[in-house]
Amino acid sequence: MKPSMYGLMAEFRTPADVVAAALRVKEAGYSKVDGYSPYPIEELSEALHFHHSPLPAMVLTGGIVGLLVGIGLEYWASVIEYPLNIGGRPLFSWPAFIPPAFETTILFAAGTAVLGMLALNGLPEPYHPVFNVPGFALATRDKFFLCIEATDPRFDAAGTREFLESLGASQVSEVEH
Amino acid sequence: MASVIRDDTHQTEHDRLIAPGHDFGTVTDKISTIVLQRKTPLGWFVGFAIAFSLLQLLFVAMAFLLFKGIGVWGVTIPIGWGFDIINFVWWIGIGHAGTLISAILLLLRQEWRTSINRFAEAMTLFAVACAAFYPIFHTGRPWVAFYWLMPYPNTMGLWPNFRSPLIWDVFAVTTYAAVSAMFWFVGLIPDLATLRDRAKSKGWKIVYGIFAMGWRGSARHWHNYETAYLLLAGLATPLVVSVHTVVSLDFATGIVPGWHATIFPPYFVAGAIYAGFAMVLTLAIPLRKFYNLEDFITMKHLENMAKVMLATGLVVAYGYMVEAFMAWYSGNTYEMFMIKNRMTGPYAWSYWALILCNVVAPNTLWAKNLRTSVPFLFAISLVVSVGMWLERFVIIVTSLHRDFLPSSWGIYAGTQYDWAAFVGTLGLFFTLLFLFVRFLPAISIFEMRTILPAAAMEEEGK
Repeated sequence: MKPSMYGLMAEFRTPADVVAAALRVKEAGYSKVDGYSPYPIEELSEALHFHHSPLPAMVLTGGIVGLLVGIGLEYWASVIEYPLNIGGRPLFSWPAFIPPAFETTILFAAGTAVLGMLALNGLPEPYHPVFNVPGFALATRDKFFLCIEATDPRFDAAGTREFLESLGASQVSEVEH
Repeated sequence: MASVIRDDTHQTEHDRLIAPGHDFGTVTDKISTIVLQRKTPLGWFVGFAIAFSLLQLLFVAMAFLLFKGIGVWGVTIPIGWGFDIINFVWWIGIGHAGTLISAILLLLRQEWRTSINRFAEAMTLFAVACAAFYPIFHTGRPWVAFYWLMPYPNTMGLWPNFRSPLIWDVFAVTTYAAVSAMFWFVGLIPDLATLRDRAKSKGWKIVYGIFAMGWRGSARHWHNYETAYLLLAGLATPLVVSVHTVVSLDFATGIVPGWHATIFPPYFVAGAIYAGFAMVLTLAIPLRKFYNLEDFITMKHLENMAKVMLATGLVVAYGYMVEAFMAWYSGNTYEMFMIKNRMTGPYAWSYWALILCNVVAPNTLWAKNLRTSVPFLFAISLVVSVGMWLERFVIIVTSLHRDFLPSSWGIYAGTQYDWAAFVGTLGLFFTLLFLFVRFLPAISIFEMRTILPAAAMEEEGK
């Protein structure tokens, strides 16, 4: 059954408050929690146990694919499809092939970094329930938020609200779907 | 290091990165208001009108070029590369400072990059657009040039020659343009979300909302975002070095005296950064004045940029010395003649003007009082831009105009269409910059928040 709301959103005034609250929320055993802040706070990601990102491995793969595509393209064009004998020089003149292959490596790796980041974050995502919270627009200005989602096994509308209020939240609101 | 910067109390006006008294809200408001205010300042219209008029010159020059052919330019044998390649190298070099500031200084944890990286990256994009324009039009008929520039299966069954540095250039410049655009856009996403949330009119909310792609500042998102941003910086760093290296190989792989030198790649890269920082100063000084951004682009930023200019200027000066030394040391008649001709021949004026602009002028920046004088920095940044243009003029024209055979010597001068195209790309560059400062935040808002004293959690001991 789908819960009646998305979760409970607590608002905090300072970065230190939200990080302290995140640590307590994790201690209390909640698992479906996300923080919202106007700039990246490493301590907040750590507190919420977002340690591992598969992005570096994806980018490495993208780079290797780019390298192979670059060399493959050059080999195919210069040796197989359109061989030109210029003064008996080798068709596969690999030292001259390094610069374009280097560029395709960078291009594919960078493209993977951008598209991979968007894919991992599920963006573009035009609608999300958290935008229904009054005052959430300040998450891109100067306020810090912590949201415990209703799908969390420990979630309980009244108890969780009380718990969030005890953490020094300036406001706790229901997040509607 | 961080604690030194964040401790407001012991700082003089000269070494702070952000004026005291700002918090997350004021930083956000001050930068986003420039974009979101309803009334566009009159000065913006004046500047935009001038730039846009100059842009029309580019359209006229190009229409005429396509109608008549590239004979309307001054290029002819023996000087087959003239203004077009001079301007190409000049523009692409200018672009390099943007990537240096956004990528290399990020990896080196130089916090002072934060208030200048956004518009420096925009400058990179627009400079690359201006640069790309010249080689494309130098082909004369760009629409039929694609089969030997780009590898694609065409009906003639032709493929580009990957052994040619000109093809390396196509790969390097297109990759550079694409990666710079991605880096810039990724950096903009959180700020676009800020604009979305702060825009008053529904229309702008939707426009910024589309480009912000639903960014909500989630900690999970920030984690992947930071990883992606650092990886992009790590990829852009070798890329920027490779781009100007490849540009220099366009020359260095040729046998023309004055081009065939191993010093070219490092000295071109240093020259690019040098020219780029000059352009960043040229843009930053009026920008901070006009929009009252002295709180964010402080004297410390200007002074640091002046120091980078001085350092790279000295590398460039070393490059000139090595060129002259190697010409003598090689014992090669043609090389020795080339350097003598450069210093005393028909184009000696350009060589000595170059030495004045690029070697003598930047050395004034050793003096702290000159380095911290805003009008002086503005003037010197213009001098360096002229100097770097002259450098490419000297390399291209003086090397080509008298090579091995005296029977094929010649003299070169740009025609009015060369000048119109050059002034026209200046118009294109400034038109794009004016649009950029009007519609997008010229300073990265979210990165500015991270260097505020309020963001320094660990130093306060929570």
